[in-house]
Amino acid sequence: MTRSLGDLTGAELSAKLAAGETSAIEILAASQARIDAVDGDVRALLTPTPQLASERAEELDAYLSTGAPQSPVAGIPVALKDVLTTNGVRTTCGSKILETYVPPYDATAWTRLSGAGAVLVGKTNCDEFAMGSSNENSAFGPVHNPWDLERVPGGSSGGSAAAVAAGEAVWALGTDTGGSVRQPASLCGVVGLKPTYGRISRYGLIAFASSLDTIGTFTRSVRDAGAMLQVLAGHDPRDATSLDVPVPDYGAGIDEAIAGLRVGVVTEAFGEGVEPAVAASVRAAVERLAALGADVGEAALPHAAYALSAYYLIAPSECSSNLARYDGVRYGLRAAGEHADSIEMMFATRGQGFGPEVKRRIMLGTYALSAGYYEAYYGQAQKVRTLVIRDYEAAFERFDILVSPTSPTTAFRIGAKADDPMAMYLNDIFTIPANLAGVPAISVPCGLDDVGLPIGIQLTAPILDEATLLRAAHALESDLGLNLRPPLLAGV
Amino acid sequence: MGSYEAVIGLECHVELSTLTKMFCPCANAFDAEPNANTCAVCVGHPGTLPVPNREAIARIIKIGLALDSQIAPHSLFHRKNYFYPDMPKNFQISQYDLPICVGGHLDIELADGSTKRVGITRVHMEEDTGKTQHGSESGRIHGATHASIDFNRAGVPLVECVSEPDMRTAEEAGAYLRELRATLEALDVSDVKMEEGSLRCDGNVSVRPLGTDAFGTKVEIKNMNSIRSLERALTYEIARQTAAIAAGEQIVQETRHWDEDAGATKSMRSKEEAFDYRYFPEPDIPALEPEAAWVEEIRASLPELPRARRDRYMSALGLRPDVARVLVGDRGSIGLFEGAIAAGADPVPAANWVTQDAAGLRNAAGQDGALTPGHIADVVGLIAAGTVSNAGAKQALEASFASGEPVAEAVARLGLTQVSDTSALGALADEVIAEHPDVAAKFRDGKEGVIGFLVGQLMQKAAGAANPKLAQTLLRERLQG
Amino acid sequence: MPVEIDIEHVAKLARLQLSEEEREQLAAQLGQILEHAARVGEVAADDVPPTASPIPRANVFREDVIEPSLPVDEALRNSPERDGDRFGVPRIAETGA
Ligand SMILES: [Mg+2]
Ligand SMILES: [Zn+2]
Repeated sequence: MTRSLGDLTGAELSAKLAAGETSAIEILAASQARIDAVDGDVRALLTPTPQLASERAEELDAYLSTGAPQSPVAGIPVALKDVLTTNGVRTTCGSKILETYVPPYDATAWTRLSGAGAVLVGKTNCDEFAMGSSNENSAFGPVHNPWDLERVPGGSSGGSAAAVAAGEAVWALGTDTGGSVRQPASLCGVVGLKPTYGRISRYGLIAFASSLDTIGTFTRSVRDAGAMLQVLAGHDPRDATSLDVPVPDYGAGIDEAIAGLRVGVVTEAFGEGVEPAVAASVRAAVERLAALGADVGEAALPHAAYALSAYYLIAPSECSSNLARYDGVRYGLRAAGEHADSIEMMFATRGQGFGPEVKRRIMLGTYALSAGYYEAYYGQAQKVRTLVIRDYEAAFERFDILVSPTSPTTAFRIGAKADDPMAMYLNDIFTIPANLAGVPAISVPCGLDDVGLPIGIQLTAPILDEATLLRAAHALESDLGLNLRPPLLAGV
Repeated sequence: MGSYEAVIGLECHVELSTLTKMFCPCANAFDAEPNANTCAVCVGHPGTLPVPNREAIARIIKIGLALDSQIAPHSLFHRKNYFYPDMPKNFQISQYDLPICVGGHLDIELADGSTKRVGITRVHMEEDTGKTQHGSESGRIHGATHASIDFNRAGVPLVECVSEPDMRTAEEAGAYLRELRATLEALDVSDVKMEEGSLRCDGNVSVRPLGTDAFGTKVEIKNMNSIRSLERALTYEIARQTAAIAAGEQIVQETRHWDEDAGATKSMRSKEEAFDYRYFPEPDIPALEPEAAWVEEIRASLPELPRARRDRYMSALGLRPDVARVLVGDRGSIGLFEGAIAAGADPVPAANWVTQDAAGLRNAAGQDGALTPGHIADVVGLIAAGTVSNAGAKQALEASFASGEPVAEAVARLGLTQVSDTSALGALADEVIAEHPDVAAKFRDGKEGVIGFLVGQLMQKAAGAANPKLAQTLLRERLQG
Repeated sequence: MPVEIDIEHVAKLARLQLSEEEREQLAAQLGQILEHAARVGEVAADDVPPTASPIPRANVFREDVIEPSLPVDEALRNSPERDGDRFGVPRIAETGA
């Protein structure tokens, strides 16, 4: 079939742009057409920026016509999760408390993409302050999965995943604290990369859990994920936790064969709670890796079972402190009406401004840090974190890459788990360990279940070995050769 | 009441005078327009991150070394979580169980010349808050229906120095704060102006029967805005607690506010509130692990500290202990004194002029005027040469303080020069003897006391500008000759 | 066994106004979540050091060089209540620090 501009990858578009076969304005028009066609149903965008986008595209065409050197990012329509700050463009975190907040500065990640010529098409919907796995926790309504509008896109970066799946944007940025890039990528049938903690600056990433938050990418190909990472990676003097180590050329070895690559299948990740279709599809993908010459063996992460518990102490604890600043004094919502004093005003503002999941986690974290409980909860959780890191260190002595399902299930129906926090938290059981250890991981589509919903396989690599991660993911992606296209786009 | 003793520990907060704030590149300045020195970081905007100021860390290490603290090989920032409108993030980046400077001591000198060693518990790095202006006229919280906040001070580097409860009297506490201020002044790390809040001090006071070593119930005293108010507040509080205990009352553990006008500490009736700071390691800031080389480099840069300077002034320059103490307690005085002796002035009189007349003029004017070390050296020299009397020198110095004119010129312009010219005064002596033959006779008959009258006469003729010693010598020569 | 929590106290520390319904719901949900979370106690032995950051670093500083602050209007742009060039708030009761 002939694929329209709206179906092309960033690499393909960049090539056409370089060959003068298309223009930034045409490329933008294709993504605008998709937004107009489907976003009324998908609701991926909270704040579209068509005006900014077209001005930008015009500038770029003028610039490119001078034959000036071109970044692979130039002219690519990009959407940003609404937890990334954009100077002068409303940034809400999917929360009432920031509904009117206009940041005075750009997130470093956006500064880098923008500097390389990316075109911002809009800010995407997400779970409030990135807390959730279904995007149902947005104060501005849920995002609908392009593969089945009755179902969730996953979360918390659901809008970014859906936008890329539906071609509203070619690329998008999300954030991944416990799986918030990989899990929605899996549920929406796109590629979701969470690099090593600190590989991409967090400056301008509105914090949920500082020691876990990682900016990640949504693309329709692994090669594109590498191209985005190339621009985003690197030290930022504004983020003391960003790593000050050289950035390799991620494109260089991405096409190399994976013969001899040592692949460990995480045995714990096929137990109860994993849908049979998911397990089967992931195992089939593993066989393809073996067929490509990888040495496949069984790996163990014995403490992964405790990772979820540790995560639900560490993340809420950091969140309870990070979200203390939303108090109605300097920016954002202030509860209406007369207030006896500033304390009353803060209670009212926070009570009205935060949704149920955010309140739940603030309460959980406040309790876990409070006098008498710190050691039993936060202190112990940090020890479990050490054990999870040791598990990975041991596993990576035997393997170059670990594989597992990204999510135990495919996309579930909107509302299905809304009243059961624990059931919802279990969505991230396979993605959380990588955040605790800071290792890079990627979710790649590996098939569809019996009702035609996408399934994702998660590959994990040692600290800072994104190159191997991308090479393995690219090899699998090319071998499977699925060009997933949501049925929603049939008529488009 | 003599059978009780007080136990006092002080917590001092010191704003460092770095160019920029602790975690962002905004200017660190005291008197800017409201919110002119703020950015996304120091106003706590979502998504911003703190990056520590290297110079601030260097300065706290310098302070630690001056106080003989251990510089921790591994130390962490923690978050101290509590809500307050002038605290942008509703947590303060501070330090908890791993401060950068551990232990140490400060030797203080008391009025009687004795010295005492006060232990330092810890010195840690943190950030300052914004400034709240309360709505009501009085500026007090009571009655204000509204307040407004300026975040210029938010994020200014703040060093907290906690002493051991080693002080027993208000005087000792005052001496400690004076010594700490002088030390920080010598290190040139802070403006240490209590009136501007760059040096703030809270006290923990308890009282116990003499001879017991169990501590009494501790009361925290806040709002002491000068060394004098610290001494007054502690004196009051110690008396209050002693009286209460003597009367068999229970001391309530609380925070009390020093009311300068009322001259009393008052209980801060704070809204019933749970305090639980929920400290945890600041995830946005890597550990502090200062390399030994850096610490040694800073150690090598330490200036002469007040204690050593006092000792040198006494042993090498022969200053009296009280003079040395006053001199070293004031940076401006040290400058005038060191300059003057460098210019060759005799140290003892120079120190007296600096700590008495010069200090008097500077305090009265609230500034250093046009005074230079040269002026001090000139005063000392001219008096030694007999060119001017002490009284005349005082007048001349006042003029120099105001205008900066050289002391010698002031002496001349104001006609303060003493006539020390033998021939001129000799002629006047002859006149006096000639005019008072009877008095001269009395002298020759042995009533030497009358010499005073003759000297007085001579001084009159010389309109006070004569050198009295010389005048008397000349008269005696003539009468006895 | 679900954990018992003093919701009142925790909500006070967190400055969260909660409805009666929210309090009941939270008491139940947090109890359940903490019961699961408490499992961290089962494996974390005393000899295991805690990890606060996945990739520990040390001594990351900025130099003491001034950069321009925000223009005052920009600094106050998002303020819910601007009071001249200051941030306005309701009266502040004697409490806090
Ligand atoms: Mg403090
Ligand atoms: Zn600033």
